[in-house]
Amino acid sequence: MANSLALAGAAICAALGLVLIVATEDKVMAFHATLLLLSALIAGWAVIRRRDDADLRDQTKYFDGPIKVATIAAVFWGIAGFLVGDVIAWQLAFPVLNFDLPWTNFGRLRPLHTSAVIFAFGGNVLLATSFYCVQRTSRARLAGVWSPWFVVWGFQLFVVLAATGYLLGVTQGKEYAEPEWYVDIWLTIVWVAYLLVFLGTLMKRREPHIYVANWFFLAFIVTVAMLHLVNNMTLPVSWTGTRSYIIYSGVQDAMTQWWYGHNAVGFFLTAGFLGIMYYFIPKRVERPVYSYRLSIVHFWSLIFLYIWAGPHHLHYTALPDWAQTLGATFSIMLWMPSWGGMINGLMTLSGAWDRLRTDPVVRLLVVSVAFYGMSTFEGPLMSVKAVNSLSHYTDWTIGHVHSGALGWVGMVSFGAIYCLVPWLWNRKGMYSLKLIEWHFWIATIGILLYITSMWVGGIVQGLMWRAYDALGFLQYSFAETVEALHIPYLIRATGGLLFVIGSFIMAYNVWRTVRGDALVDEEDQPSSAAAPGLDTGPQPVAAE
Amino acid sequence: MAEKTEIDDVTGVETTGHEWDGIKELNNPLPRWWLWTFYVCVIWSVLYWIVYPAWPTMTGYTKGIWGYSQRQAVKADLAAGKAAQAKFLTAIEASELDDIRGNPELMRFALAGGRTAFADNCAPCHGRGAEGTRGYPNLNDDDWLWGGSLSAIYETIRYGIRTTHDDTRLSDMPKFGADEILEPGQIKDAANFVLSLSGRPGDAASIARGKAVYADHCSTCHGEDGSGIAALGAPNLKDALWLFGSRQEDVETSIRTGRGGVMPHWDGRLDDTLIKQLTLFVHSLGGGQ
Repeated sequence: MANSLALAGAAICAALGLVLIVATEDKVMAFHATLLLLSALIAGWAVIRRRDDADLRDQTKYFDGPIKVATIAAVFWGIAGFLVGDVIAWQLAFPVLNFDLPWTNFGRLRPLHTSAVIFAFGGNVLLATSFYCVQRTSRARLAGVWSPWFVVWGFQLFVVLAATGYLLGVTQGKEYAEPEWYVDIWLTIVWVAYLLVFLGTLMKRREPHIYVANWFFLAFIVTVAMLHLVNNMTLPVSWTGTRSYIIYSGVQDAMTQWWYGHNAVGFFLTAGFLGIMYYFIPKRVERPVYSYRLSIVHFWSLIFLYIWAGPHHLHYTALPDWAQTLGATFSIMLWMPSWGGMINGLMTLSGAWDRLRTDPVVRLLVVSVAFYGMSTFEGPLMSVKAVNSLSHYTDWTIGHVHSGALGWVGMVSFGAIYCLVPWLWNRKGMYSLKLIEWHFWIATIGILLYITSMWVGGIVQGLMWRAYDALGFLQYSFAETVEALHIPYLIRATGGLLFVIGSFIMAYNVWRTVRGDALVDEEDQPSSAAAPGLDTGPQPVAAE
Repeated sequence: MAEKTEIDDVTGVETTGHEWDGIKELNNPLPRWWLWTFYVCVIWSVLYWIVYPAWPTMTGYTKGIWGYSQRQAVKADLAAGKAAQAKFLTAIEASELDDIRGNPELMRFALAGGRTAFADNCAPCHGRGAEGTRGYPNLNDDDWLWGGSLSAIYETIRYGIRTTHDDTRLSDMPKFGADEILEPGQIKDAANFVLSLSGRPGDAASIARGKAVYADHCSTCHGEDGSGIAALGAPNLKDALWLFGSRQEDVETSIRTGRGGVMPHWDGRLDDTLIKQLTLFVHSLGGGQ
């Protein structure tokens, strides 16, 4: 049954790919249809080859194959995304690095960077950790036979379609939602499968309650589906072409876009990664979560308040006053719900603070929570209209985003990957704790250079833009403000480079661990073990 | 189900009795400071809603008791800015360039406005300090292609050079090489001669041949002695200032292709008052005649 369904799906995709290759006059569409056809053929071949594979259906084991793929993909796309980010950082300091070629232009590389780090890196980290966490905390194997594989590989196809599209100039021009209509449809299919696998696993759980990490993962999956659908309501010009037009216009389009954009941050990069924090911190430090009550209250208040905050991206624009007010006030009210997660993360270490000294993975996790706390304070601050009138459109915003992206999302992901890899591949620990230590320090220094230079640069920019002389003329031209940013741009790009170097160190460490090399510092490895297998360990009491 | 709560050894706090994959939860209350800060944020927001426009209704939105409107605030700010400058702007509009120059208060204003307009519109080509670069004249010296008087500068800014404007400044140096008017040898000789006008040493025979070529083809516009004719936009060739480079091959390229640089016209893009301010600013840079 599962095999037939999977084969039927592959056959439909292959046929669709073939039809598009023949019917389209659009070169990019033909290229993408070829990718779809090839992927469908490979998928079909894989299904046929493993049609009788008992491992795929063994309900006494956890389903970890797709998690391994997503973990490796996260490391790979992470490096790619960080690297492109640093390239465009140098381009801002030295425009000649655009090379006057369309596909190396800042305008195409920037969405490549943002999508690669948010969706390709962040998305794969979330797939891996959510599939790992939901199985262990539900004591149930992932639902489905082929669907978890489809979710992971289908997501990689989405990433490749999106990324190659940007480089070839295909974009619908909506920030963080650049992929065109057909790529959006593909992601929708993958995402629905993801939701079903996750829900299916929760439904067959053998624990009476759903663990808090899974609330966050579920909120992330459901909300991202809603955001994606509403913000990508486009009409294709032709069913065989890449181009489409959004159905909203003017300020409605802007509002929808930033409702999406802000909640991509709120639910993809916050709720999802809080799920990671709620599983990996208590696991790694072997301490109970600080407060169950706080987790409930901050979960629901975060979910309820976040969805309103988008208009703060459109202060002092054509957006009506009332919407701006709501955006600003809901952002302020969001401050404490965000910090609830920070408190629960940090206080879970009570009784285990010494681990901060002995285990660099704990340090990564804890520093990530500290950056989370800092950027969730900075965010509400910047949403206040008076502050926003200085910070808006400046590089301060870029610095703010990166203190969240590099500091919180990046560091918590690295911590989770360093936990996951030995657990998934059954190793005693990561190949080298020393290298994790190096990764931690290099990345942290990189982040500090990044955000401090962007604070200084952004505030200088904001002050220069608004400076008037006594006769009422602007004191500085735009070009002068660009010139003033040169040094901060150099420092930022250097910080970014350090962060990239850190990710290479991680990739090397992961590679040596997966290969099964003897650990270089086995005596220093912390004791936290992987979850027991599904068929071993204490059996839970059945739900009544 | 039976949930077995226990007391955590380290903190002495009771757990909730739930357990997932070895993870337990403590039954700590909400931190007071957290809760109270949250309440304060909510109260602050409610107050904000009361004073500012906040909630949409069926027919409009709640206006807030302070009656704030962003559009009105911008309008008021712009009006205030305009009012503060109105006295100067009307005076500049009504005055001749020379009269503005003679009025210190007005001139101070015109230079400030001209400086800002220059930085936004002209600096990308002429440089932030108007120092120019290859192909874009230096505006600090007294070498003017189309004249350095106030009225000449005004005309150049307003109508541009070789633009689509009906009144554009237009000169058309022939492409002596590309259009095969001169032989490559003749171009070389002419270049040698032109360079010798500013004292550059060279092959005497070539310079002599070049002098004849110059007399036949160049002197009409650049003048018998090479000092240029501003009315025709023909540069002075004796001053050792070279817009497109001073090397032998640069000068040869100029003769071969005629160059034909373009400056956009600002008529229709900047209003006349601002063009006047720009004129006075450029004139003041050091080379105004």
